Amino acid sequence: MLVVATGAALLFLVLPVVAIFARVPPDELLAALGTDAAKDALLVTAETNLISMILILLFGTPAAYWIATRTSRLRDAVVTLVELPLVLPPAVAGIGLLAAFGRLGLLGGTMDTLGIDIAFTQVAVILAVTFVASPFYLRTAVAAYEGIDPTLPAAARTLGAGPGRVFARIAIPLAGAGLGAGAALAFARGIGEFGATIMFAGSLQGTTQTLSLAIYEQFDLSFVVALAISAVLVAISGTVLLSVKLLTRWRSGSTTPIPFAPTTPTSG
Amino acid sequence: MALRIDYTHSLRAYDADVRLTVPPGETLALVGPSGAGKTTTLRVVAGLVRPDRGVVSVDGETWLDTVRRVDWPPERRRVGYLFQEYALFPHLNVSDNIRFGAARETSVDELLERFRIAPLAKARVRDLSGGERQRVALARALARRPTTLLLDEPLSALDAHTKVGVRVQLHEILRDLGLPTILVTHDYEDAAALADRVGVIVDGVIVQEGRAADLVARPRNSFVASLTGASLLLGTAVAACDGLTEIVLDTGGSAWSTDAETGRVALAVQPWEVAIGRATPDDSSLNHLRGAITSIVPHSNRARVRVGDLVAEISASSLERLGLQEGDVVVASFKATAARLLPLGR
Repeated sequence: MLVVATGAALLFLVLPVVAIFARVPPDELLAALGTDAAKDALLVTAETNLISMILILLFGTPAAYWIATRTSRLRDAVVTLVELPLVLPPAVAGIGLLAAFGRLGLLGGTMDTLGIDIAFTQVAVILAVTFVASPFYLRTAVAAYEGIDPTLPAAARTLGAGPGRVFARIAIPLAGAGLGAGAALAFARGIGEFGATIMFAGSLQGTTQTLSLAIYEQFDLSFVVALAISAVLVAISGTVLLSVKLLTRWRSGSTTPIPFAPTTPTSG
Repeated sequence: MALRIDYTHSLRAYDADVRLTVPPGETLALVGPSGAGKTTTLRVVAGLVRPDRGVVSVDGETWLDTVRRVDWPPERRRVGYLFQEYALFPHLNVSDNIRFGAARETSVDELLERFRIAPLAKARVRDLSGGERQRVALARALARRPTTLLLDEPLSALDAHTKVGVRVQLHEILRDLGLPTILVTHDYEDAAALADRVGVIVDGVIVQEGRAADLVARPRNSFVASLTGASLLLGTAVAACDGLTEIVLDTGGSAWSTDAETGRVALAVQPWEVAIGRATPDDSSLNHLRGAITSIVPHSNRARVRVGDLVAEISASSLERLGLQEGDVVVASFKATAARLLPLGR
């Protein structure tokens, strides 16, 4: 009974993924990747996600450290705010971005006078991707920093390291595996971004049409191209999943408590 | 120049109120139960805890003065802090750990040599033994060229076998450094072996301070006595003749002491004052308590024999000669002059 249920569940979960590769011969898939639509989408996705990941790492790495080192109540409040985009339906995220940065949005007037128009540009794609992907990084990074034994930063301070040096030389290396896992998760979410992008940036081939958006469009035009792009995304997602697994394993290995450390309670 | 500490800080269960002066070259041991405020005191000196009110100065330099709003960050205070369990950086090798806080004039190679860890320079922290970790941590703390040393349970992470040797080395190092040093421990034996002075801290207050031997000889109360390793017998003291005090023991029977005391008391006697015999000896000791041996713990060339509430320390050869076994009924004897009468309390 248990075996049958497990088998059914596994089959159901794996079948669609297998079907992407099985429906059309591999050489046909490869050829479909050579179409302009597929090549443009790959390029747009690579560019926007690269910039988005740089922004996420650049701002997220110190921001997560700041959050992780706050007192518990402030920390909880900030983490909840950060997590909000995670639970938001993608359509709501798209509307929210339009309401904030769109021509008729909150900042629309200001941006208009500055001569900035991001509608249907890659900037809009980057904003959408960053908005939905960064919470994955922040949340994982906060947890990674919090997993650091607090006596290590304290020891670094007594050894003459100021807060900046503690961050760079102690916190980042010790949280490294967790930061990597968080980046991988954010990346996976970013390249799969669909709803917010299509509402906020549109689906213009060569400009804002990412892989996910191209699948949606090609699905009407050429099912084989849609399958080929999907195959690429499966490969990327699989790689990300595997690297997260490896990073988390490495992390749990690297923070194993000192084998000689006794379990005596610390004296007050 | 000395290390001076005077602070009050409210902790969860009580207010810590500590005043200490440690001259250069002196090691002061803070001894007390866990949660007594020992580590808090070290953290206040290092700047890791900001007390509600207080002053910390070392070598004439004021690191903290809450009234004058002086509060140096930890990285400016030149402390050598040896953390409990050592807090070595797991992502750095031994020499990089030592180099992390090294002053410009410090030679890391020299420290590696001095602490006999040169062969381990490139070793990962996780591959070190407890004793090696302790040496690396100490070398790292000293690379800073500190003006004061703070040692938090420096020996508690070591097994009994390694501990004695490490303790001797640590004592030599402390003597050579000549820095004002505070050592936190819950082990009175470590305190007596390493420190020039011992402060007993309970609930955030130093209840007694003095040389280790003085605290053993004249403990202020039953808590200090038990901390120094004395056995306690509780009872009620009544005046007797000939300058002797009779103590009616709670467990039944009486004991005698040359101390003058009345009312509820604890009779404290050190293990080496207690003799064990098969029969009541005909000697000068006035106190004889008969009971079954509940445990025998060998301790190098000696053994600690527990009879009821009393612990006797006898030589291994006596143990063998008397053929003592757990469960044997014996008589534990001690002189009235060795029985200290102390007020109960902490």
